[in-house]
Amino acid sequence: MACTEVRLSGSGGQGLLLCGIVLAEAAILDGLNAVQTQSYGPEARGGASKSEVIISDAKIFYPKVRKPDVFLALTQEAYDKYVGNLKESGIIIVDETVNADEAPCREKYSVPILRTAREAVGKAMVANIVALGTINAITGLVSEASLEKAVLNRVPPGTEELNRRALDEGRKICQNLR
Amino acid sequence: MNDKNVRLMQGNEACVEGAIAAGMRFFAGYPITPSTEIAEGSSEKLPQVGGKFVQMEDEIGSIAAVIGASLTGLKSMTATSGPGMSLKLENIGYAAIAEIPCVIVNVQRGGPSTGLPTSPAQGDIMQARWGTHGDHPTIALYPSSVSEIYQITIEAFNMAEKYRMPVILLMDEVIGHMRERIELPERSALQIIDRKKPSVGPEQYLPYQADADGGVPEMASFGDGYRFHVTGLVHDETGFPSNSSEVTARLINRLMKKIENNLDDILRYEEENTGDADTLLLAYGCTARSAKSAMDAAREEGMKVGLFRPITIWPFPEQKVRELAQRVKRIIVPEMNLGQYILEVQRVAGGSCTVEGVNRADGEIITPEDILDKIKGVF
Repeated sequence: MACTEVRLSGSGGQGLLLCGIVLAEAAILDGLNAVQTQSYGPEARGGASKSEVIISDAKIFYPKVRKPDVFLALTQEAYDKYVGNLKESGIIIVDETVNADEAPCREKYSVPILRTAREAVGKAMVANIVALGTINAITGLVSEASLEKAVLNRVPPGTEELNRRALDEGRKICQNLR
Repeated sequence: MNDKNVRLMQGNEACVEGAIAAGMRFFAGYPITPSTEIAEGSSEKLPQVGGKFVQMEDEIGSIAAVIGASLTGLKSMTATSGPGMSLKLENIGYAAIAEIPCVIVNVQRGGPSTGLPTSPAQGDIMQARWGTHGDHPTIALYPSSVSEIYQITIEAFNMAEKYRMPVILLMDEVIGHMRERIELPERSALQIIDRKKPSVGPEQYLPYQADADGGVPEMASFGDGYRFHVTGLVHDETGFPSNSSEVTARLINRLMKKIENNLDDILRYEEENTGDADTLLLAYGCTARSAKSAMDAAREEGMKVGLFRPITIWPFPEQKVRELAQRVKRIIVPEMNLGQYILEVQRVAGGSCTVEGVNRADGEIITPEDILDKIKGVF
């Protein structure tokens, strides 16, 4: 495997940072190298925020994503702000509420991440973990076992079952696509 | 990650882990982005090892508390960013003249003033050297990866203890907030240095008596029965103030010689591909990561590019840079400011090669392409 660059974006407070941390940790559990960085404004909530992960079997020096292979956007604002520089061969995954008609990539998925979290799982705040399930089902970036382990490592005690369910529902969205 | 010591860790978190491993038992601070996770982590970890964390009223109080705690014998640290660092400067000078071991972390963000709180910069390079007033020794260390933050935090404590002085640990938003793979070494494999305790009883103890030129006095802890005076004024061996020019010269020279006499011990750097290089990149912190990527790309295209990465940025690795300047045709100094460290490189190169900067002060990290363009002479 060469080097895969992932950009995860949404609104501040949606947990995109944790999403990136979990993905990077899963990659390390798989024995790969990973670097996770973030970029955010002064707001604690709202605004556009992004978390970036580079996964590689070699050492990673420059730590920022330059041309994402995988791009997730949960809000229109984040999509508009961070969609630039996508690789033509890249994969775009957006929430169904985001208009990505102009997306430059060949592979594009518009999926009900926020709705699944709210309705199928019953907690809007687990949308980040639903997104992880969907992203990994589409891209296969890390092993399912490592992803689940990394999720459980990083979520607050007492929420393991909820987050496991969120991950599952995220995977199922993808099954419905195929 | 089958090995229990391999983890994904944030730079700021690695700083706390390193500090605890080095023996830090006191932290006082006032939270400020992008250094806050160091205060947060210290507040969680210190009570677990019998240490103390205090959130102070401001940055001035924080460094003052750190100096006080160090005088009681505890290894102490504070962490901040630009605006807080500016506030700490006066007391950093106090720690320098009173010879109080402590570690001050500055996770740099955009400045001046409150500047760009959430964006990276490397604008405090000269402040680290000359921020506090008067002639004073400075040790400033600047790691560039999460593993190195762990290791260099330990060395910052070791140097602070060994030379009885404040040591500045410079970081930047990128490496402070970045998470990457780290393999934590076994604690038993670490070399930990503690300050020298008095070899004589309280009656004979002179708190600022040093055996040789550049020597480091033995340090008693408050509470151990040794009574001594500590002041920011020039003082003699007893610790009491003096106006004598002879005493002043002896003290200031000794403080400076603690560093000058021990450069081999203090200077840390890394060099790669410098053997056949005609172009040398000289970079530190997060920018060194971009420089490394740029060097690799340039080498793939057949260009003879090398990298020199100072980890000890102060004192300046003068002899090494002079040697390199005489071997290469040009030195490129990328830094996230409008030209600070380059001034030292130019001074030391002394015209023996060209010295050019790649500079950004817009809150964005310098990319490998920015550096590659300079190597190729695109602009």
